[in-house]
Amino acid sequence: MGMEYIEGIPLLRPYTDYDNKGFWDAVREHRLVFQRCRECGLIVHRPRPMCPRCLSTEREWAPSEGKGRIYSYVDFVYQNASYPGIKVPYVVVVVEMVEGVRMISNMMDETAEEIYVGMPVEVVFDDIAEDLTLPKFRKIQD
Amino acid sequence: MFDPYLARRYPTAARPSADAYRIKDNVAIVGIGQTEFSKNSGRSEVQLACEAIEAAVEDAGLKTEQIDGLVKFAIDYTDEMHVVSNLGLTDVAYFGECGWGGGASCATILHAAVAVATGVANYVVCYRGMNERSGRRYGRVPGAAMVMTAPNDHFGSLMPYGFATPPSWVAMFTTRYMHEFGATPEQLGAVSVVLREYACRNPNAMFYGRPITLEDYMASRMVVWPLRLYDCCVDTDGAVAIVVTSTERARDLKQRPAVLLGATQGIGTQGEMMTSVYRPIISGLPESWYAAEELWRVSGVKPEDVDVAQFYDAFTPLIPMQLEEYGFCGRGEGAAFCEGGDRIRLGGELPCNTSGGHLSEAYIHGMNLISEGVRQIRGTSTSQVENVELSLVTGGLGVPTSAVLLRAG
Repeated sequence: MGMEYIEGIPLLRPYTDYDNKGFWDAVREHRLVFQRCRECGLIVHRPRPMCPRCLSTEREWAPSEGKGRIYSYVDFVYQNASYPGIKVPYVVVVVEMVEGVRMISNMMDETAEEIYVGMPVEVVFDDIAEDLTLPKFRKIQD
Repeated sequence: MFDPYLARRYPTAARPSADAYRIKDNVAIVGIGQTEFSKNSGRSEVQLACEAIEAAVEDAGLKTEQIDGLVKFAIDYTDEMHVVSNLGLTDVAYFGECGWGGGASCATILHAAVAVATGVANYVVCYRGMNERSGRRYGRVPGAAMVMTAPNDHFGSLMPYGFATPPSWVAMFTTRYMHEFGATPEQLGAVSVVLREYACRNPNAMFYGRPITLEDYMASRMVVWPLRLYDCCVDTDGAVAIVVTSTERARDLKQRPAVLLGATQGIGTQGEMMTSVYRPIISGLPESWYAAEELWRVSGVKPEDVDVAQFYDAFTPLIPMQLEEYGFCGRGEGAAFCEGGDRIRLGGELPCNTSGGHLSEAYIHGMNLISEGVRQIRGTSTSQVENVELSLVTGGLGVPTSAVLLRAG
């Protein structure tokens, strides 16, 4: 069972700017990419204009393996403390990717009872609306 | 330099020497004022702010027209033009604002102190007025149906996933904190119970007369797992104002001054507004560590010298985390420090949030904590610690933060 969206209350669309457009463009094509510094190779997320290690502004989009582990998570169980357009309960996770960066996301199917810190996951793409695709995650075998 | 695993501990750049810090001993808090705390104030935020300012000025033994500086929260809707117009002020020569929500609380004192110590202004008022209960509640998402695009990249990375509210943001750190250190709900519950005890001694507190037990805490509604209702602060309508002047001028005023030993700000690397999940360690509060290190450095005081503390407590886990970052216990030991509650009660090692704090007195974005820190210096708290020499107050968490350390004048 996936997340249930409430009709009539749209999800906020991601804000795209010079720095993050490549990330969201790739997501729309069902590809996960992270920003990599062309000078020193540091991978960062979220995208930004400058490498915090070497201060270079030369950057590129590096394809991700799409795999990681649950680093932390919360379970939204009370509608008033949740996003009004999503029916509770739903889970928000922080995933630590094998590339070393972390992402905020949702589980595609699993409920809070089924997940744990350290659980291996892989990315899946959820085409929620014509103009909205989100990278989400599902459990994989360790 | 940048080290992705030690980022929170990399050495600071060349800072001025502690001897050059002109705030220490030279600036004092001389007036505190507040409105009642309620669920529905029935009046505008600008009125609340002006009432609190008048009360603070009166408390100090000053006249309203002597105010020549104003420091506000960037997030406060009551701008200084309104305050000047309503109070009929004519000589305001210094005004400014501090960012990052509740992180601004003690920062307003720092900014006021800088103006006082450098001779820019004599009597600076810091204020916060908010109809946070009857108006816009921070814990809820407003007008989502009206907005299609997130206002910036930060919200654009959260909102589509429904990662939408402050309790959920702090819950994310809490899950990790419990995972790494084995902190338990009972340990967090002890914080909630003790602060409610303090509130029950404070007639101005929202939860005066409404004690809770650990069983009540455990039975309270889950808001965003792992946080329960009683882990969360109390949305409040109200205002608080603080008057800052020089220690020298304070001698001629009405109250025993609360002299500043230090006022500091801290900002962590790889941080975000309450969702700094991307940095190496999320089971702590790097901003607080920076603010704390600077506070101990400029004041020359050690944590063990502090008699009483008001830690910014929008949510219970923030108290154990700050106990660690401010050096009152080791990393990962904060929750155990709070277990059973005795070490943070009156008579304990470090009585904390003695007015009831944000959890049980009122949530005025850190400003009511500063008032209580001052009352502890004056000896007028409803839960007075004996012979207070040093009183610590901290600002909002998970955001760029601030702190002040007061001594008896």
